[in-house]
Amino acid sequence: MTATALDLPGGPLADERESLAEELRTTGMVWEREIIRFFRTRARILSSFIQPILFLFVLGYGMSTLVGTTAGFDFKKFLFPGIVAMTVMSTAISSAISIVWDREFGFLREMLVAPVSRTALVAGKTLGGASIATVQGTIMLALAPLIGVHLTPLVVAEVIGIELLMAVALTAFGVFVASHIQRMEGFSVVMQLLLFPMLFLSGALFPLTGLPGWLAVLTRLNPLTYAVDPLRQVVFAAQHMPPAAAARFATGVTLFGYTLPVAADIGITIAFATVFLALAVTGFGTPE
Amino acid sequence: MVSLSKRYGDVQAVREVSFSIGRGEVFAFLGPNGAGKTTTVKMLCTLARPSGGRASVAGFDVARQPKAVRRRIGLVFQEQTLDDRLTAEQNLRFHAVLYHVPHAQVEQRIDRVLRLVALEDRRHDLVSAFSGGMARRLEIARGMLHTPSVLFLDEPTVGLDPQTRALVWEDVLRMRREEQATIFLTTHYMDEAEYADRIAIIDHGQIVATGTPGELKSQVGADTVEMVTADDATATGRLQAAGFRVQEGDEHLVVFAEDGEAQVPRLIEAAGTRVRTVHVHRPTLDDVFLHYTGRQIRDEAAGHAMPMMARARTARH
Repeated sequence: MTATALDLPGGPLADERESLAEELRTTGMVWEREIIRFFRTRARILSSFIQPILFLFVLGYGMSTLVGTTAGFDFKKFLFPGIVAMTVMSTAISSAISIVWDREFGFLREMLVAPVSRTALVAGKTLGGASIATVQGTIMLALAPLIGVHLTPLVVAEVIGIELLMAVALTAFGVFVASHIQRMEGFSVVMQLLLFPMLFLSGALFPLTGLPGWLAVLTRLNPLTYAVDPLRQVVFAAQHMPPAAAARFATGVTLFGYTLPVAADIGITIAFATVFLALAVTGFGTPE
Repeated sequence: MVSLSKRYGDVQAVREVSFSIGRGEVFAFLGPNGAGKTTTVKMLCTLARPSGGRASVAGFDVARQPKAVRRRIGLVFQEQTLDDRLTAEQNLRFHAVLYHVPHAQVEQRIDRVLRLVALEDRRHDLVSAFSGGMARRLEIARGMLHTPSVLFLDEPTVGLDPQTRALVWEDVLRMRREEQATIFLTTHYMDEAEYADRIAIIDHGQIVATGTPGELKSQVGADTVEMVTADDATATGRLQAAGFRVQEGDEHLVVFAEDGEAQVPRLIEAAGTRVRTVHVHRPTLDDVFLHYTGRQIRDEAAGHAMPMMARARTARH
């Protein structure tokens, strides 16, 4: 838009921008709606725990007999942080289905025609889904005593921080995908295609050391890898782990022979979150 | 206020429509499906960019100042856009925030608009429990929540039964009266256009006539009086002698007369034979539409109303 006399300060175009307070209020309202809707669908809350619990106990116990115990540390304990990450991930990505839902039932229009920015809407959607995912992941921590994983308040706080970051990145990714999908069935199909490969290639279910080259490359390309690893590291820091166990159930992502510190993992996850958020904003509510 | 055209690829959806609407007016866009009504509304609401021309709504240019326009308009779409897992109040609260209603006024505005559409006792009910008519009225309330200067209603009564349509109309007219809003609506129901202060008839992307319902009808011509008499030939001759224009039909005479009802006693007297029945026919908007387009609007509208109703119902679940 070129500047003309009409665009001068105080002219009608002053009306074209929202104040930050209005933007934040919009984001808060969209967030609140996601939370209200979440509590209205109790079936979804319960069903989202079934799969992680199944993985934790069935896969955990089943594999523990095969893998055995190294210096008092077994596969279940290794798996536990991965399952927490899995809970966060599946809840975060699938929460974006609300966008497909909103499109199908027309509510997306109510949002898109309002005099608000898409950034405020996407921020609300993303934070809403991410909050739910973080709460779900944190509830999974209650199972720690059953597995023999020791947690301290500090570890729980660290885990929540990492969960939230991971949830924001994955919800934004889900919002981006959902914005390009017109129908509910389509979303489920795409989600199934994405969720399981991302989960299996993230190091949530097995250590990332000693993998064949092609598998190692795939895991390093997976954004989730860099969120699962710090989560496991902060949990493991509170466990009594003899050197033999730490070697057997290794943590840390190696990139070009260099083991990334937790801070680098988190930096990469923040970068992914930023990119996904930017994609989500540009893709959100593509004009009809 | 408006002079617009819209082209989708090779299809010229709206050729060039020009009109202006006064403050506080109820303005109806009347035309068959596919005439360009919704496209025009979309351009005015800044949801579609005009390919040519200019339009201003509430003093702001739709192409250059879309957000300023959007803050000042209320929108009710053909399709429902409520969240049916939220209560009526939650839907309104959401809207209040999106349209920047000041915090201190939200409660008061919600009370008021719910009262205006007589849904105050359903305030805390989930929208999924609402009938189609109630949902539509809630949408009208929502459209007025942020006190817009102009309320746009795209086919507000499509798919509703006649009683509910009347209720919706009461709501619309009450909004105009109580909230001093200008109302722009589209419809393909002729009888509804009668409620409007002014009508524009649109066909094939062009406005073919504009005026008040009375003006449009008077342009079509005089009233017609159908008379069945004992002796048509005699009656025809005498009426013509008395200065009336008469057409002899198979079963009745048709007399053209200004203000037909007032003329009935004179006609009976002038006929000079026993008059069995008299029927005065005032031109309707159907006649107006027929006059300007050469087609009946109902033929096209009827075929479309049913699928819309079916859709409205499936969307409830």
